[in-house]
Amino acid sequence: MAAMAQSWATKAGIGKVAMFFWVLLAALPLAGFVTDSPSFDYYMFMGQSMLIYAIAVLGLNLLIGFNGQISLGHSAFFAVGAYTAAILMNFGGVPYWLTLPIAAGVCFGAGFLFGFPALKLEGHYLALATFTLAIAVPQLLKYKAIAGWTGGVGGLLLDKPDPPFGIPLSADQYLYYLCLVVAMVVFWGVFNLLRGRSGRAIMAIRDHGMAAGTMGIDTGLYKTVTFGISAGITGVAGALSAITIAYVAPDSFTLQLSISFLVGLVVGGIASLPGCVIGGAFIVVVQNSSQSISDWMKDTFSLRYDVPAWAIYGTLLLLLMFFLPNGIAGGLAVLRARLGRGSRQS
Amino acid sequence: MDFFIQQIAAGLTNGAIYACVALGLVMIYVSTDHINFAQGEMAMFATYLAWAMIDAGVSYWVAFGATILIAFASGLFIQRVILKPLETAPVLALVVCFIALLSIFNALAGMIWSFTIKQFPSPFPQRDVFGNGLVSVQQIGVVTVTLLMLCLLTVFFRFTTLGLAMRAAAQNATSARLMGVRVSWMLALGWGLASAIGAIAGMLVAPIVFLDPNMMTGILVYGFAGALVGGIANPLGAVAGGFIVGVLENLVGSYIIGNELKLSFALIMVVGVLLLKPAGIFGRVIVKRV
Amino acid sequence: MITRRTALASAASVALAGSARAEKKYGPGVTDTEIKIGQTMPYSGNASAYGVAGRLHAAYFRMLNETQGGINGRKINFISLDDGYSPPKTMELARQLVERDQVLLLFYPLGTQTNTAIQKYMNQKKVPHLFLATGASKWGDPKNFPWTMGWQPDYHTECKIFGKHITANVKDPKIAVLRQNDDMGNDYLSGFKEGLGPNWEKMIVADATYEVTDPTIDSQILQLKSSGATVFMNITTPKFAAQAIKKVPEIGWKPIHYLVSVAASVGAVMRPAGIENGQGIITAQFLKDVTDPRWATDPEYLEWKAFMDKWNPTGNQLEGSNVSSYVSVQGLVHVLKACGDDLSRENVMRQAANIKDLRIPLLLPGIKVNTSPTNFYPIRAEQLARFEGDHWVLFGDLISADAG
Repeated sequence: MAAMAQSWATKAGIGKVAMFFWVLLAALPLAGFVTDSPSFDYYMFMGQSMLIYAIAVLGLNLLIGFNGQISLGHSAFFAVGAYTAAILMNFGGVPYWLTLPIAAGVCFGAGFLFGFPALKLEGHYLALATFTLAIAVPQLLKYKAIAGWTGGVGGLLLDKPDPPFGIPLSADQYLYYLCLVVAMVVFWGVFNLLRGRSGRAIMAIRDHGMAAGTMGIDTGLYKTVTFGISAGITGVAGALSAITIAYVAPDSFTLQLSISFLVGLVVGGIASLPGCVIGGAFIVVVQNSSQSISDWMKDTFSLRYDVPAWAIYGTLLLLLMFFLPNGIAGGLAVLRARLGRGSRQS
Repeated sequence: MDFFIQQIAAGLTNGAIYACVALGLVMIYVSTDHINFAQGEMAMFATYLAWAMIDAGVSYWVAFGATILIAFASGLFIQRVILKPLETAPVLALVVCFIALLSIFNALAGMIWSFTIKQFPSPFPQRDVFGNGLVSVQQIGVVTVTLLMLCLLTVFFRFTTLGLAMRAAAQNATSARLMGVRVSWMLALGWGLASAIGAIAGMLVAPIVFLDPNMMTGILVYGFAGALVGGIANPLGAVAGGFIVGVLENLVGSYIIGNELKLSFALIMVVGVLLLKPAGIFGRVIVKRV
Repeated sequence: MITRRTALASAASVALAGSARAEKKYGPGVTDTEIKIGQTMPYSGNASAYGVAGRLHAAYFRMLNETQGGINGRKINFISLDDGYSPPKTMELARQLVERDQVLLLFYPLGTQTNTAIQKYMNQKKVPHLFLATGASKWGDPKNFPWTMGWQPDYHTECKIFGKHITANVKDPKIAVLRQNDDMGNDYLSGFKEGLGPNWEKMIVADATYEVTDPTIDSQILQLKSSGATVFMNITTPKFAAQAIKKVPEIGWKPIHYLVSVAASVGAVMRPAGIENGQGIITAQFLKDVTDPRWATDPEYLEWKAFMDKWNPTGNQLEGSNVSSYVSVQGLVHVLKACGDDLSRENVMRQAANIKDLRIPLLLPGIKVNTSPTNFYPIRAEQLARFEGDHWVLFGDLISADAG
């Protein structure tokens, strides 16, 4: 089933459905010209968050879904990306758009280096080692020796960029497009990477590392480089988040963030590119809707207690895993296969 | 010198707690090959049950025993009801299930008992062993209980038929099944035992750190570190690893790097040990058959 | 959609009322029957113990709505959301409250990093960001942030009071500091040093930090004891304060123990830590300690107790947050009442910055709330208290930050 989901995923990555989808995403901000709803900018902001999470989940998916290395520590690379952007903008006067490639480079380096010890660790061991990394991040960010750069516990406040060249967009519309363009570039890049020779090597290592090695694939190199690319992509997401939130602080990069990425990844669909976008949306939407469900339950059944939103969130996750263990994208693929059985084209 | 001894005693106490948590992790890892991220929250929830019983007037030891039984039963229940249907699901789907359980237990405990800390009674008297403030009875007690648990488990696995069946089920499910072992129930039993061990850990730690729904979060991290350092497939290793982490963390924190980097030290220790001895200090290297 | 209707409604009401009576002016979130108020609160995550405040506020507004029909005939629609103590989440929720839900103001959002994340946004949007639940000293800055106002006495001032008390009363103090490794710990420490005076470097002999994720602080307490300190400055949050209070006598250390007010709740700290362990600890207070028998017949206390029994029955009455948030919500009610029918955001800020000698029940006798366009620190006085028996006993005079 996973294989089916995956073949659909990579094929449709640039297919008609995907094209339609990206165009739709690009058209959404235009609604701002016909509505004068004051919440419009807020929805644009939510859109930015979803895209940012989608990029981060993509980075993680490349590593977990396609290369088979489990990481629970990607909040660390997200943090490195965010802080790189923040420090460059704050102290170096670097324009915000230039911080994106730099953050990608820095995180690639960090991920590449972390990839070496990761080589020796497999499965659960790697998961737990990266779990410890995620826990240690806020403490490291606060460390007094680097507090001059990171702002210590207080974090760094940034300026939110305005649209350049007098483009008639609101700041949030503009930032949405910035996130969208970055997302498209990254998704296109990963799609091409996976389709080619390197992609096949990356996936061969996941499917059977030893066999891949025997066939002449330099598994060590591929694994470390994949780790680097994965971290680099997540770092770009971190930099975007620093730009859109305009504030970085140690408490923003807790284990909770890593867990969000993982949940988005699994719920969206392991080793599925469309799944990353679904996962990104899930992270943003479901946490908010659990709150709404909780409020609704309290009003409807006139409960004395609040039903805690996190209990609802957990229950939702359990149900999802029960019915769609391969994620939403996996479920869609199964559905599609069933519907298309009568009139299969290829 | 006093300071050094006290730091070691405090480290051993912490270490004992980490060791208990690590033991629970190892139990589940050995019997089902999963890492249970909800281990800490399950222990916390069990401890609240004990607290509620004691608060309602039940005597300490009755509550203690009842909690262990309840924890054992709910461990079984979780495995049979929630995890069994997911036997064929990808590993990551299970990880997400554990995260879901973690959220649910944490939120429910907060709803029922609030997030304000609670005092949990200790079975050990509040006094020194030697009367000089170096080592308290509480510390000795915690360490003893941990070691006792380790012995019991070792005896159980080495010398009982059930223990043998559980080991067989974990090591080679197919052969075990052919020999008449009910493999799937053995997995559930592993969960039940892990959950009961967690409950004991929770009740040992609560008098020291105070009971609140986030009580086990920090401990779980060090429990993981202990399990990894000692070897995650080996109860003895996990306990030793827990003690090593507890003591080293205190010594390195007070003498070398300062308190600000304690957690980072745990990270370095984990990565370092895994690089040099991937199966943990006391782990046996498993030869893979291809 | 809602806002357009609101705009129409308010335009109509203005036209009807004409110039005969005081003009009704409504900001977003206000109608003839409703005032919408937003809040962010850590109901989950490491700081979830503070969520008590949001629950009390919700109960208080429910009480106002059901017994008095709200404020000036407008019911309060109170939206309190869980940010899990994470700054990006707070930003998202603040935008949701301001832009989608169209609240009039944000009241008592909790946390320093979380409020720092939204402070600029709130000021750009010109939305009142009132009575923040954090004691950082940076919130009283009307020149740069005219829409943000703190509430409680700030950490800096409080620890300055401790510092002065030590230099005045302890001969040749050797001080050990335990603090949380975050902005609260830093703020308190800097105030403490200021209070000690220029010789602080000689007096502070040990300074240990801990993280909120640390399971225990035993190791730190041992480090502090071994420094030979005679004074212990305990800058912690409730759970770790309780651990420290219990541990200090256990290892045979007998320092003069100062405890910051955020961790001085009898129900949440002193009782769990063991009453016998807390004897003689010194703290600073600006609220009445409701466990103190001295207030047992005090009408203000009885009023609070009646409220708690009826409207917040699940709240722990020994918990300090249930007192402090009861006081803060009345500050807001005062401001909204003072606004009358001019509930524009500008007027809310104007009224908030013109509180004169307001007496709120359960503040210590003599403490009054005062603000002005240049003073955005509503409460600035505290009094020292010592733990005796099972409650705090006040001693000395009120100490005001301005005088101190």
